[in-house]
Amino acid sequence: MSFEFPLLSLIIWLPIVFGVAVFATGDDRNAELARWIALIGSVLGFLVAIPLYTNFDSATGAMQFLENHIWFERFNVNYHIGVDGISMPLILLNCFITPLVVVAGWDVIKERVSQYMGAFLVMSGIVNGVFSSLDAILFYVFWEASLIPMFLIVGIWGGPNRVYAAIKFFLYTLLGSLLMLIAFIYLYHASEGSFSIENYHKLAIPMTPQILIFIAFLLAFAVKVPMWPVHTWLPDAHVEAPTGGSVVLAAILLKLGGYGFLRFSLPIAPDASHYLAEMMIVLSLIAVVYIGLIALMQADMKKLIAYSSVAHMGFVTLGFFLLNAYGIEGAMVQMISHGFISGAMFLCVGVLYDRLHSRQITDYGGVVNKMPVFAAFFMLFAMANAGLPGTSGFVGEFMVIMGAIKVNFWYAFLAATTLIFGAAYTLWMYKRVIFGAVASPAVESLRDISKREFGLLAILAISVLWIGIYPFPLTEVMHATVDQLLTHVSNSKL
Amino acid sequence: MNFIPPDLAPASSEIFMLIMVCVVMLADIAAGESRRYVAYLLTQITLLGCAILTFVSFSTESILTFHGMFVDDSMADILKLMVYGTVSAVLVYSHSYISDRGMLKGEFFSLILFATLGMMVMISASHFLTLYIGLELLSLSLYALVALRRDSLMATEAAMKFFVLGALASGFLLYGMSMIYGATGTLHVSQVAQIIQSGASSKEVLIVGLVFIVAGIAFKLSAAPFHMWAPDVYQGAPTAVTLFIGSAPKLAAFGFVMRLLVEGMGEMVADWQGMLVILAVLSMAVGNIAAIAQTNIKRMLAYSTISHMGFLLLGFISADTNGYSSALFYVIAYVLMTLGIFAMIMLLCRSGFEAENIDDFKGLNKRNSWYAFITLLLMLSLAGIPPMIGFYAKFAVLQAVVNAGYIWLAVVAVLFSLIGAFYYLRIIKLMYFDDPETVEPLVSNSDVRILLSANGFAVLALGIFPQALMGLSFYAIQNSM
Repeated sequence: MSFEFPLLSLIIWLPIVFGVAVFATGDDRNAELARWIALIGSVLGFLVAIPLYTNFDSATGAMQFLENHIWFERFNVNYHIGVDGISMPLILLNCFITPLVVVAGWDVIKERVSQYMGAFLVMSGIVNGVFSSLDAILFYVFWEASLIPMFLIVGIWGGPNRVYAAIKFFLYTLLGSLLMLIAFIYLYHASEGSFSIENYHKLAIPMTPQILIFIAFLLAFAVKVPMWPVHTWLPDAHVEAPTGGSVVLAAILLKLGGYGFLRFSLPIAPDASHYLAEMMIVLSLIAVVYIGLIALMQADMKKLIAYSSVAHMGFVTLGFFLLNAYGIEGAMVQMISHGFISGAMFLCVGVLYDRLHSRQITDYGGVVNKMPVFAAFFMLFAMANAGLPGTSGFVGEFMVIMGAIKVNFWYAFLAATTLIFGAAYTLWMYKRVIFGAVASPAVESLRDISKREFGLLAILAISVLWIGIYPFPLTEVMHATVDQLLTHVSNSKL
Repeated sequence: MNFIPPDLAPASSEIFMLIMVCVVMLADIAAGESRRYVAYLLTQITLLGCAILTFVSFSTESILTFHGMFVDDSMADILKLMVYGTVSAVLVYSHSYISDRGMLKGEFFSLILFATLGMMVMISASHFLTLYIGLELLSLSLYALVALRRDSLMATEAAMKFFVLGALASGFLLYGMSMIYGATGTLHVSQVAQIIQSGASSKEVLIVGLVFIVAGIAFKLSAAPFHMWAPDVYQGAPTAVTLFIGSAPKLAAFGFVMRLLVEGMGEMVADWQGMLVILAVLSMAVGNIAAIAQTNIKRMLAYSTISHMGFLLLGFISADTNGYSSALFYVIAYVLMTLGIFAMIMLLCRSGFEAENIDDFKGLNKRNSWYAFITLLLMLSLAGIPPMIGFYAKFAVLQAVVNAGYIWLAVVAVLFSLIGAFYYLRIIKLMYFDDPETVEPLVSNSDVRILLSANGFAVLALGIFPQALMGLSFYAIQNSM
């Protein structure tokens, strides 16, 4: 499909330009202006992303909305962007979350507003760049650049232990990605001077280099996802990050890792993927079961949700390495759904935290008496997090379990335990926070959610229910791409 | 015997520089204490004049003169233009710093110009003695510059160390050169190369000479394990002088390595490759790990320099046009970043207050968010995070290393640069996450403000559009090989 207008570039650069404009408003005297520019920028960013969906041709697995220009000739690096059924939904998710984050920080952030809002907008553009890059170096530049705003967001507006969390987040991610860079450079020489990702897909690579490449990619993506045992940065970062930071981290940044597996690991090193699939499945199952148990024991709400994110993302990697259509499509749905649910869960905790400045479960109790509307929303998201049928959380998990049972009954069995553990830790937390008698005078003084908060949660609630009841518009766009990916992966490249 | 006068045209910028150094010295005496700016302006005019001369006589092929002792080629011209620009920026940045500290004397400018002349000679040398003369002219001027504040204990100590170790390194170099002379019977770079290629010389003697030459180079580049002088000198010298030592001479050192190792002893690549691998790995290890422990910002940057020199040496290891041009790109990027960060340190200094500790960066974002942003760009660039130019420099070098088959070396290099990222992040942390200890505003002249902003912005802009500088580096090397 030819689409002359550089739509993708607009989707990438519009938020960045607005972000710079927000920075330019200067210090907190212009905070109101900064907020409005940020809101306009993020909403426009979402609006311009809609044609990506409406003009998307879901009959083909090929790249669409292509743009290709020379970036620097010296190493044959191109500004080559395009989307397929895997990246398009993720871009939409990102553009959808950004305005919510801006609104979520509207009243809460009072210091250095322009820098806060600007950082989120710039990050939104950078993440769109990651999802649409078809050139390895362009991808790498966007990938690493996305660290910078998040590092500052956690470090400046975070909690008491923010410095530790921010630096840990940065160095962990950097470690993985530097080895990925070496893999790219190796592929550049192996492909005789090309950084095109699509060329890498076609490139024949012997088994040993394939395994090494796979491991280099694995380190980069496993840290981002995060997979067990390199997940330890996530709870720290989540706990310290401001609400908006947590939302973006869980909803968007974790998806970069999952996306990386589909765009790089599987198609570039298919033989290594088959060879190491069992290891990946075991690691994913550990994340699902063991991290699920850890989540049960958390006293801090944000930490609990962070661990539940690790467990849910374990489902995503499990789905990928089952290497069948149910698994991969289920994992994709799970990524999108996790974006909505974890974002909503963090927003809910943020609502409570803004009022009581505590994230400890024991400081709450009986919140439903004072905040009935909030309790209803929180209920829905908690159920979705536990994977209740009818919510988006169920669709992805169910598809992945279906995929798993085709491969091995015990994989499916262990994966299905998440329905128990997920329900246990989420609902137990919900019970202790929301139900019971009013726990303290502080809880007594709580006011129910404002219109702004209601709007935010309502939008997310609709999304969660919509994907739970009618996931077809989402699965439809990725069918062709996933089929093509599977055919590709099943052919040996040795 | 007929005396054939040498063709002076290829050396026109050097000759102009030499004349102008004398003019600056005399004019400064004539102008006196109250009109010191005369020397400053004349110095800048000199650099501009040299730049024009070099640009006008830009040579696309190698022109030898002075009986083959002096060469003018594209690489030399491009390096010299970079040197002029760097020195000029150094002067702008350091002007108010040195005048606040009573160092605004004519000697400062004439020493800087002499050092610049030394660099130009090094870059254009095609004879071992010319190389040595250029190097000594540079080194002696630097020793004197470090000791410019003769009442400062730190500075005199640093100058003493610098001088003793520098003299030792020069001795190494000379000894190595004499070995090469003994083996080949010539000191002309190109003839040395020919004789080595013909195999007519004793390999053993050549290798002994090579070892000494590489050791001497490592001293001058401050590559580990010959790096000991760098932290003391960086810390002890007045910041303006540290800025100078850390920037332009690295460009000259690049030229020096090219002339000596690549053009002169390129046939022995298999022998010096191994030595450079050791130097590079040690430098990256020592530089990055020791920098973590530093609380003095200048000392920290000295260790950071050591690690960057290790990375630079990686570019030479692949021993092809691709590798050398990557190394050239790296050194240009490095100089650009160093200029900015030392300028920022001088900006934090006030009269009577030396910004020495990394804690002086605390809360910079609250004091002045624009400068904090510039420093952020510089730090990320030093750490090699895209889209800053420092990333492309590392990327170019790494791809050359992988191309040469040293994948393990590339892995080692990125692991050390990961360690390095920590101490750059620490500066960002101090600026953005901590509260300031002082609310005194940052004062600066508008020329510093504009240049520093341009400098920091260039780190980002050249990262987003790296093609021009990469192409230039490639052209410079390709055209001179």
